[in-house]
Amino acid sequence: MARALTRISHEILERNKGIEGVALVGIRTGGVFLAKRLAARIQQIEKRDVPLGELDITLYRDDLSIRKDQPEIRKTTIPFHISDLKIVLVDDVLFTGRTIRAALDGLMDLGRPAEIQLAVLVDRGHRQLPIRANYVGKSIPTAREENVQVFFEELGQDDRVCIVTP
Amino acid sequence: MGLQRKDLLTIAALTADEIQLILTTAESLKEVGGRDIKKVPALRGKTVVNLFFEPSTRTRTSFELAAKRLSADVINFSPSTSSMVKGETLVDTARNIEAMQADIIVLRHSSPGAAENLARSVRSSVINAGDGWHEHPTQALLDVFTIKEKKGRVAGLLVVIVGDIAHSRVAHSNILALTKLGAEVRVVAPPTMIPLALEHFGVTVFYHLDEALIGADVIIMLRLQRERLGKALLPSIREYANLYCLTPERLKLAKADAIVMHPGPLNRGVEIAPSVADSAAAVILDQVTNGVSVRMALMYLLSGSGERSTLNE
Repeated sequence: MARALTRISHEILERNKGIEGVALVGIRTGGVFLAKRLAARIQQIEKRDVPLGELDITLYRDDLSIRKDQPEIRKTTIPFHISDLKIVLVDDVLFTGRTIRAALDGLMDLGRPAEIQLAVLVDRGHRQLPIRANYVGKSIPTAREENVQVFFEELGQDDRVCIVTP
Repeated sequence: MGLQRKDLLTIAALTADEIQLILTTAESLKEVGGRDIKKVPALRGKTVVNLFFEPSTRTRTSFELAAKRLSADVINFSPSTSSMVKGETLVDTARNIEAMQADIIVLRHSSPGAAENLARSVRSSVINAGDGWHEHPTQALLDVFTIKEKKGRVAGLLVVIVGDIAHSRVAHSNILALTKLGAEVRVVAPPTMIPLALEHFGVTVFYHLDEALIGADVIIMLRLQRERLGKALLPSIREYANLYCLTPERLKLAKADAIVMHPGPLNRGVEIAPSVADSAAAVILDQVTNGVSVRMALMYLLSGSGERSTLNE
């Protein structure tokens, strides 16, 4: 996980030719931990802080009216204007693409970014929307019914990615 | 997750955990009100009907804004323009509204229990926006939200409620919400405005404002309801103002960082001195701002599981 994040940090810097005008936005909850780690690595490399935001996509979900259990709304904290910035959206697992669709809508409501890029720790396939990540930690082929879980030190666990077969 | 209920009728029926869930959700939703584009799609396609049988601008506007910020469609019904003047009953009016596929009905009515009666008759969610002298739950929720926001907590605070406790639904709902969350509540008013057996609600009764204010963290001033003065509760407004107006001198009896709240509309110079209403201690406009967030939270939480809120089932 650590090596993947270090590589993604370098790729973000390479693609954007440095850190000027770049901001990281993590999708709650896993994406926020990853965005913070990426920001720390970028700070080490560039000696500059990169703006960091946290996005909750609950209000933008496409299944709000059909789910049986209602998801909890958490805070969106983006302490900067996103207009004209290059936003790197960060999430842990890229699966159907629906979360990213919600996040894109959520971001667009907050302003008009110059560009939105996507960084994910794991791409497990099975997209249901035409969405693709710019930075991928690892592509893991999975079966549709399997479950990919990411564990974080921040939650008192060992960093690891598990594929759970039902 | 979510509130496992169809309606929000009273604070009395809520548990402390449910109140906390509403407050936490409201806290997350407050950010939406600070955006350039103050709208999220969470309740897209839902219909909210404001059914107000008593005059109100603040509460009705607040509910309307809350619904619109969640992308719901809003219809406003008022008695003067509805069939109520032709003799239709409340329940029949509401059933007609429901037949138009309303998801949430917000009701204000002069009869205590009107919201509960309505909730039993329709499948739509009902939110009580004030029923007579009974309860005004969303006002109490926005008040505890504001207290928590300003003070960081509710438990352990000393809250003083000043004014016509007997005829105030705001006071009733606030007493219930504050005691459930662990605050210490004092009420103070002339004896004609204190209901019997109030001690059973876990509050302390005072008749002198100066005594009650000592050490207060939060002061909630109620509006003197001038329309009720014909009922001989008071010798005169001036006498009430002399004895119960929150003046800068009296405010000094409370803690130095005490906050002053008022549900509005203000009677300046009657229950609250203009200089207090405009001071840094007053959080009256924060209450109004927070009202929208709290009502958004409620509408989101009541729209709950898709299964229950789908009316076609």
